[in-house]
Amino acid sequence: MNNRIKKLREQSVNTKPFISTERALLLTQFYKSPKAKKVSIPVKRALAFKYILENKKININEGELIVGERGPSPRATPTYPEINTHSLKDLDILNSRKKTSYSVSPEVKTLYKKEIIPFWRGQSIRERIFNEVSEQWKDAYEAGVFTEFMEQRAPGHTVLDDKIYKKGFVDFKNDIQKSLGQLDLLNDPEAFYKKQELRAMAIAADGLMILAKRYSEKAKKMAKKETDKQRKKELQKISEICSHVPAHAPRNFWEALQHYWFVHLGVITELNGWDSFNPGRLDQHLYPFYKKQIDEKSLTKEDAKELLEAFWIKFNNQPAPPKVGVTAEESGTYTDFALINIGGVKTDGTDGVNELSYLILDVIEEMRILQPSSMVQISKKGPDSFLNKALKIIKTGFGQPSVFNTDVIIQELLRQGKSIEDARDGGASGCVETGAFGKENYTLTGYFNMPKVLEITLNNGFDPRTGKKIGLETGDPSDFTDFQELVNAFGKQLKHFIDIKIEGNNIIERLYAEYIPAPFLSILISDCIKNGKDYHEGGARYNTTYIQGVGLGTMTDCMTSLKYNVFDKKIISMKKLLQALRNNFKQQENLRQRLINKTPKYGNDDDYADENLKIIFDIYYQAVNGRPNTKGGQYRINLLPTTVHIYFGRVTGATPNGRKASAPLSEGISPTQGADIQGPTAVLKSASKIDHAKTGGTLLNQKFNPQLFDDEGIDKLMQLIRSYFSMDAHHIQINVVSADTLRRAQINPEEYKNLIVRVAGYSDYFCDLNEELQNEIISRTEQAKV
Amino acid sequence: MKGIIFDIKKYAIHDGPGIRTTVFLKGCPLHCWWCHNPEGQSLEKEIFYNPEKCLDDCTDCIAACPYQAITKDNTGIAINKNKCKLSGECAEACPTTALKVIGRRISADELLKEIEKDQIFYKNSKGGVTFSGGEPLVQVEFLDSALERCCRQDIHTVVDTCGYTSFENFEKIMDKVDLFLYDLKMMDEEKHIETTGASNQLILDNLKKLGKSGKKINIRIPLIPEVNDSNENAQKTARFLRSIPGINIINLLPYHKAGNQKYLNLKRKTKNIQPVPEIKIKNLQKIYEKFGFSVKIGG
Repeated sequence: MNNRIKKLREQSVNTKPFISTERALLLTQFYKSPKAKKVSIPVKRALAFKYILENKKININEGELIVGERGPSPRATPTYPEINTHSLKDLDILNSRKKTSYSVSPEVKTLYKKEIIPFWRGQSIRERIFNEVSEQWKDAYEAGVFTEFMEQRAPGHTVLDDKIYKKGFVDFKNDIQKSLGQLDLLNDPEAFYKKQELRAMAIAADGLMILAKRYSEKAKKMAKKETDKQRKKELQKISEICSHVPAHAPRNFWEALQHYWFVHLGVITELNGWDSFNPGRLDQHLYPFYKKQIDEKSLTKEDAKELLEAFWIKFNNQPAPPKVGVTAEESGTYTDFALINIGGVKTDGTDGVNELSYLILDVIEEMRILQPSSMVQISKKGPDSFLNKALKIIKTGFGQPSVFNTDVIIQELLRQGKSIEDARDGGASGCVETGAFGKENYTLTGYFNMPKVLEITLNNGFDPRTGKKIGLETGDPSDFTDFQELVNAFGKQLKHFIDIKIEGNNIIERLYAEYIPAPFLSILISDCIKNGKDYHEGGARYNTTYIQGVGLGTMTDCMTSLKYNVFDKKIISMKKLLQALRNNFKQQENLRQRLINKTPKYGNDDDYADENLKIIFDIYYQAVNGRPNTKGGQYRINLLPTTVHIYFGRVTGATPNGRKASAPLSEGISPTQGADIQGPTAVLKSASKIDHAKTGGTLLNQKFNPQLFDDEGIDKLMQLIRSYFSMDAHHIQINVVSADTLRRAQINPEEYKNLIVRVAGYSDYFCDLNEELQNEIISRTEQAKV
Repeated sequence: MKGIIFDIKKYAIHDGPGIRTTVFLKGCPLHCWWCHNPEGQSLEKEIFYNPEKCLDDCTDCIAACPYQAITKDNTGIAINKNKCKLSGECAEACPTTALKVIGRRISADELLKEIEKDQIFYKNSKGGVTFSGGEPLVQVEFLDSALERCCRQDIHTVVDTCGYTSFENFEKIMDKVDLFLYDLKMMDEEKHIETTGASNQLILDNLKKLGKSGKKINIRIPLIPEVNDSNENAQKTARFLRSIPGINIINLLPYHKAGNQKYLNLKRKTKNIQPVPEIKIKNLQKIYEKFGFSVKIGG
């Protein structure tokens, strides 16, 4: 890392995220203007977008090569009052909470009080959602049966393909014009809507080009004043680049990066969509530019690396939009989940690993930065040297990159009906979510707490925490005569709550389509232009809605425990076990220990337990998969938790696997913390017993001691991963930090500010995690020692 | 027929090539005082007690024992060895695994089922199964039938042996073993008797014969402070090994204290000694290298 990058990196890492009202104020100004009242909603959204980009503060930071910030300066974090109008109390919480806080200045509070709250209160999406959903939905939400992704952030969950490297926004506008020209006002009842939407897209395209022009002019002015010769030249170059992209397709490596960056800024300014946005298969997209310039000798490897590192810092400058309440619990992190994909296969199915894939690994290793996150796609055709190099970075212990199975990602996409080319161009984003990049709206709608549903089943429809009846009366479990009856009752209860969730989703998806269309994002995702439809309206080629199952390990161990101890071995009666759960095992520690130590557990390649894994998986899959969403697409499942397993654990009482009330649930498809005692091969065997290809992503976390990472150890680890993938598994992430180090960090956070660990599908600063999660990671790590 | 084993360890990556499953057979003719698998020495089942895991107000084991062999005070439980018949009910009843029976009778077919579970990992990593102990050749019939089943499944086999057995036993299994890990403690016979309870003559003779038979052998030398960490022993050993064909590599395995807890749990005494210093280990490595061997520290 050279000095320039070092400085920029330090600036980014050391600046605390702070709330900026710039966007909120400009948006409010525009919404109040007479013009806003005269136009359709899509056009209004596009004009507001353009207005923000025309008027926001722009700056070029010292030494920067890639320019553009979402806010007025690095680490500024805008708010999106049209979605969630933060109250003054919210702002206080954001400012003062222990973890992932955002500085809120007194001026911000004043502006909120005077300008923002009075205008938006009552019409934010968050308020509309809670007004529209049913009482049943609210009961389940409050009980912690599920979370709701869209109550504070817009549906995003999408990633770009290579189209922007072939087209500029002038070209996109031509496409929009063509689509407008083909509207059939005579026969198409939607033609008027489509016309509004397409006009909105054209306005949004103008907005982004205006922003770039402003940067071009700014750079030009700065260049004139600049006395340092080299910097002067750089600024002139920046000015030239910004006058070309994003209006036109990029011509070289630098332009390609700047082009993407403008697009990224557009997407994250328009809305606070989940998982920010993401260039996707970066090594594939940039390789043609890289190769050409390296061959022509107009770019060195060092130049390319510097530009990539400058690009990396831009991601880190944009913390996740501030989240509060349950949404902060489910995703308590500054990271905004841009997940750079490298490796994989090309559209024609041949190996995609290239020179740039390795160079990007170098960048990841040098930067050691929270954002962007990174992953390697490992296909069976990919070279071992690529996986080997990735593992050497993983060994250094900051949780990146994570490791994905290209061949199964493709299977998953094909099963969902994507074309083979679109499947090969896809990958994983966010934590582990599979998508057809550039062509799919794949929205994650919320986490689903399976063990909570079991708890409600075991209490015949009641939530013991509140005493409220929120589920179906599926029978008193003490009357069940066999295990199958229990399975049936659980299946019914789960389906009931999935129905409630989907009913809610149907409302929420429409609220976004009606009130908050995203014309800018719609330009980027095929085939919104061709269809003349917004991203939220089903304009994309593929439209998938996900409900993310959580606690599969806990759930499996609970069912296994009930089967083993109550029905098969008759060690304890259902009645007595339920009593023990209600008492949180008070004075029954030996029973609890028996449930923990003397009962088969998932993660040990033991079919007795793993059969129940398959049963639970199947119940969840059947309840969700294939059901229609509001966008012409279908529901699918995936299995990941971000940080919600802590929150879900907190709202769930003691469970039949010996887990005490409020303790965390298992995460992803990982075994219950501490339950896997047969080593990693057994965990991988167990985890491969579910059909990963029927999901849109599974998350498996495995801890390894640093000692296992000598050269020979890495080789064996590589074979371990290859073996897991040959059993058609989706993903594995590896944490290599010793428990002692983590404990020291907990005591002296100041000394371990830089310690990044893998949480669940993403990495985070250990010291930014709440204490419960820290303890959970320590206990997971201890387990790895055995 | 059934054998008795005391552990099966998966993802064993230091007991031969690739990813392996190591099966620990119970029973050993030697009694090296540094042994870090003391629970592998006896051919019989044993009771393992870890007071740290014992719950204060739990008496499940006492209630379960049909022979009234267990009593409990504030330091934990005590087992009256005269009354105990090793029936294992106590361990079965213990909720925390504070009490464990060491030693499980298992048939070769059952064992194979366990070994086969990780076939996919063996295949990808060119790994397989390692039989260790204890001394696996103590149960030569059982070992032989397990090996035979592995060969049928095309699973790569390693036998980790101390060499103290009749050569007929080696001959019996030789064809079914792809690689031997052969432990060699020291050349001095008296010291060998003193520290392991047996002469090294048979061990050295067997190694010579095994070498001649064309088998692949890795030599494993535990480095025990003040027992076999002298340069002199290294030179003698190296000279001896030079005459043996088929040696791939010499593994130097420095003594570590990891086994100490097990002695406590077996209610046996252990010596308090410090590991061999690293610089000394490097010196020993150089000696073996001078004789043309490739040497690795660790397994």
